[in-house]
Amino acid sequence: MQARLAAKDIACRRGDRLLFRGVSCALAPGEALHVAGANGIGKSSLIRILAGLLRPFAGEVTRSGGIGLLDERPALDPQASLQAALGFWAALDGTKPMALTEHAEALGLYDLFDVPVRYLSTGQTKRAALARLLGQEVPIWLLDEPLNGLDTRGVALAEQLVAHHLANGGIAVIASHQRFATPAATLTLAEFAA
Amino acid sequence: MIGVLLRRDLAVLLPGGRRGGSLLPLLFFLAVAMLYPFAVGPEPELLARTGGGVIWVAALLAAILPLERLVSADLEAGVFDQLYLRGVSEELAMASRLLAHWLAFAPLLLLAALPAATLLNLPAETLRILLLGLLAGTPGLAAIGLAIAALTASLRGGAALSGLMVIPLAVPILIFGAGSLARPDGSGLALTAAISLGLCALAPFAAGAAIRAAREG
Repeated sequence: MQARLAAKDIACRRGDRLLFRGVSCALAPGEALHVAGANGIGKSSLIRILAGLLRPFAGEVTRSGGIGLLDERPALDPQASLQAALGFWAALDGTKPMALTEHAEALGLYDLFDVPVRYLSTGQTKRAALARLLGQEVPIWLLDEPLNGLDTRGVALAEQLVAHHLANGGIAVIASHQRFATPAATLTLAEFAA
Repeated sequence: MIGVLLRRDLAVLLPGGRRGGSLLPLLFFLAVAMLYPFAVGPEPELLARTGGGVIWVAALLAAILPLERLVSADLEAGVFDQLYLRGVSEELAMASRLLAHWLAFAPLLLLAALPAATLLNLPAETLRILLLGLLAGTPGLAAIGLAIAALTASLRGGAALSGLMVIPLAVPILIFGAGSLARPDGSGLALTAAISLGLCALAPFAAGAAIRAAREG
């Protein structure tokens, strides 16, 4: 099955405020979209609408293929060791232990496996969330500010992972106020502000 | 899938578990049983007559203590969003949480009821009905607690509010559960169990809807 992600005429309302309207996009395998815009313009809301976590005020989203979401919340138990916290998602996703170890090594997390998640730094937590996303093995990645908290090496690593994902026929939507090296169509959300 | 969920929920909620799951509710329960004779005086007949009811009230209050860490931390950490994206419905997650919550507090509470009964000079027959009543009633208390914890999870100061909201809803369980001590025919036990089962069937749906509502908000 070919992965697809398409949105048609999306409008988003939060409270009494219409954040944006008329946003459309269509992504085929190997394509990426960079959602740019200032803070509070609705990048995160758009990501959540694309994920199906938020109902759009108008318009519709069609997806085929599994969805992976990376946002500011790592969804890892703070008290658990990194291995146990990632292990829970690996068990749900059916990730093989070998693959989990590989991802952890690629992200420089293997030495931290025994450390409780609450002791990890912001950047380390972000990388752990990336490992969770990799283990999910889904074609559609929705990344909300994926570079926040990452150091230069971490940023390069994240960009490399996304490039690799796209090369393998994946789809990525990246909401970020920062520049992202991966070539991608840019959607400037300010143009759709209501 | 439910096995994976349940294993994590138990690891989080059991005493000594990851989220500071502790024996505190249990000690609280025993402390109430210990305080009561100090307050009303050490008359054995009075204690034997009223002790069962006191243990019921203590059990109800002890069931409120763990609610704070039942749902809100996972909601904040985005665990339910990630579960949703993996096709795990909120209802399933809540059903697993309900079972884990009950397992984390009820069996130990039943055990603690033994020393509490001794402190209050309860006769053996009363103790038997009390234990059966608690066994029948605690799933209902867990179900009410879970639904309320999910409803108040996204609110600030939700913990105190959930305690207040649980108490009126738990009154039917208390009436029939504690009432069964005075009626030897077992009808009170049957009614307690019936209410409990009904609440357990409803709670995952109520809690699941509450989590979805919190997501949209």
